[in-house]
Amino acid sequence: MTDTTPSDVAIRQEPRFARLRQLLRDPLGCFGLVLVLLIILSAIGADIIAPHDYKALDVKSRLASPSWDHLLGTDNLGRDTFSRILHGGQIALYVALVSVGSSLLLGLVLGMLAGYGPSWLDNVLMWFFDSVRAFPVIMFALAVITVVGPSLETIIFVVIATTTPGYARIARASTLATKNTEFILAERALGAGVPRIMFSHLVPNIVQPLLILASMDIPVVITIEAGLSFLGLGVKPPTPSWGSILNDGYGFIRNTPWLVVAGGIPLIITTLGFTFLGEALRDVLDPKLKKDR
Amino acid sequence: MLFYTIKRLGLAILIVCLAMLMLLSAIHLVPGDPAGIALGPRATPEMRAEFRALMGMDQPFFMQYFRFLGNVITGDLGVDVWSRRPVRTMIGEQLPHTIALAMTGLGWAIVLGIPMGCYSAVHRNSVLDKLTGVLSVGCIAIPSFIVGLYALLLFAVELKIFPAIGAGDAGDIRDQLVHLVLPGLAVGLGWVGYLARFVRTSMLEVMGENHIRMARAYGLSNRRITYIYALKLAILPTVALLGVGVGSLISGAVFAEIIFARPGIGKMVVDAVNTRNYPIVMGGVLVTTMLFALSTLISDLIAAWLDPRIRQGL
Repeated sequence: MTDTTPSDVAIRQEPRFARLRQLLRDPLGCFGLVLVLLIILSAIGADIIAPHDYKALDVKSRLASPSWDHLLGTDNLGRDTFSRILHGGQIALYVALVSVGSSLLLGLVLGMLAGYGPSWLDNVLMWFFDSVRAFPVIMFALAVITVVGPSLETIIFVVIATTTPGYARIARASTLATKNTEFILAERALGAGVPRIMFSHLVPNIVQPLLILASMDIPVVITIEAGLSFLGLGVKPPTPSWGSILNDGYGFIRNTPWLVVAGGIPLIITTLGFTFLGEALRDVLDPKLKKDR
Repeated sequence: MLFYTIKRLGLAILIVCLAMLMLLSAIHLVPGDPAGIALGPRATPEMRAEFRALMGMDQPFFMQYFRFLGNVITGDLGVDVWSRRPVRTMIGEQLPHTIALAMTGLGWAIVLGIPMGCYSAVHRNSVLDKLTGVLSVGCIAIPSFIVGLYALLLFAVELKIFPAIGAGDAGDIRDQLVHLVLPGLAVGLGWVGYLARFVRTSMLEVMGENHIRMARAYGLSNRRITYIYALKLAILPTVALLGVGVGSLISGAVFAEIIFARPGIGKMVVDAVNTRNYPIVMGGVLVTTMLFALSTLISDLIAAWLDPRIRQGL
C-alpha cells in the first residue's frame, strides 16, 4: 500500500511484533532461526572468520585430520576445509537468494496474469506450468547441463525454470480468490488501471503464502546446487561449494572420513534450519494451514 | 470410471508431449552448438555436420520434434553417440536396477514411516509424538546424498557391515538384496518422513469419525480399533501418495546410484552428461519423465477409484 497514513502504520506494526514473539515462542522455530542466522553470518563473514585462504594449496599436509590449525582438516590438495566450507556457504546462499527471489517475482507476475488476465492466457500458462512440473527436477537439470555445460548460471536457470510454476499456481489461486472481493471491485469502479490494481492492491494480499513457500524452497534449492556440484556438474573448481567438497570427500572416503563429514554438516544445518524456520513461519503467518496439534 | 481413465490418460500423454516440446525448444534456444560441445574444439566442420545429421539436428525445429515423437512412439530412442548401440537396449538393461532401488526405498518408507505415523496419531501430543514430528521433518529436509554418503561412510567403510559398491552378483538374489539396503535407505529416508506425517494426519482424521466412536462404545480394545479399523481406512490415501512416490524415487535414485556405484538409469544419464552423449540423456530424461507421469496417473486413478467425488473434478 503506497499511501499508508501514520495511524495505519501504528495499527499494522502492533501484530507484526506479536508475530515475531509468537515465532520465538516456538522452540523449533527458534532453533531454526538460530541455525539460519549461524549460516548467514558465517557466509557473510567468511573472509574475516576463515583462518586460511580457501585456495591456498598445502600439499604436504593433504587429507589431514582436524587440528587447531585446520579445524576440519584439509582436502586432497591440502586446502583448509573449514575455510572452504565458509566460502561454500556464500555460493549456496547466493544461488538460493538469486533463484528463489527470481522465481518468486516471476511466479507472482505470471500467476497474477493467469488469474487476472483473459481466460485463454490462463489456459496457456496453466498448460505451460503443468508441463514444467512433469519433469523430475534432477533429470531436467541433467538435460540442460548436457547442452549448455555446467556452471553457476545453469543451476540458477534450472532452479528458476522448475520452481516458478509452484509460485505461479499459488499466486493464481489467491488472485482468483481476491479479484472479485469488494475492495478490488471498488477500486475498479473508481477507475484504477490494471497495473495499479495488480501491483498495489493484489500483491500485498497474495504475497504472504508465496513468502512461506519461498522459505520452504530455500533448502531445496541449496540441495539442488550441492547435489549437482557433488555430481561434478555444478560450480566449477576452484570455487568452493559444499557439494564439491563432498565430491572430493567421496573420492577419498577410504583415506579420510573428515571431508565427507565436514561437507555434510553445513548442508544438514542449513536444510534443517530453513525447514524448521519455514514451518514455524507458516504456523505463525497462516494459522489455517497449521496441522492440528 | 472408464471415461475418467481415458480422459486422465490423454492428459498424461499430452503433458509428456508438451514437456518434451519444451525440453527440445529450451535446448534450441540456448546459445551454443550441441554438436560443437559434444565433439569438442578439435572437431572438423565435416564431423560436426555428420553428427548433426545423425542426431537429426540439420532439420527445421518442428520436423525434429515430430520426428522425435514418431521415433518415441515406435520405440526408437536413437543410438549411443560413441558405441552406436541403441539407447532403448541400454535403458532396458539399466531400468530394472533403478526400479528395484526405488522399490527398496519405498519399502524403507513403509516399514518405518507407517508405524511412526500410527504411533504419533494414537499417542497424540505425547513426547514421542513430538519427537517423531521433529524426526520426520528432519528426514524430509536432509538431502538424500548426505544420507547416502554418511551411510556409506558409517556402515560400509568404517563398520563394514554392508557392501559399499555395485549391485551384487547377477545370479545371487541374497547378495543383490544386501547391496540394496543402504542405497534404499538413502533414497527412501525422505519418504519415511512424508509417510509418517501423512499417516498421522489421515489417522487423526479417521479416528474422529463416527464409526470409530461407535466401535469404542462397543468396547473394542484400543489396539483393535487402531490397527484393524482405523489404519485400514487411513492407509487408503497413503496408497495414492505412494504412487507419486515411485515416480519421484526413480529420479531421486540418481545420487544413490552414483554414491554406491550401482548400475541404473541415473548413473547412465550422469555418465552420459559427462561425455556429452546427447541421445542417452534425452532417452533417460524421456523415460524417467514418462515413469513419473505414469505413477502420478496411477495414483490419481487409485484416488478416483476410492473417492468418486474426484472423478467429477476433471
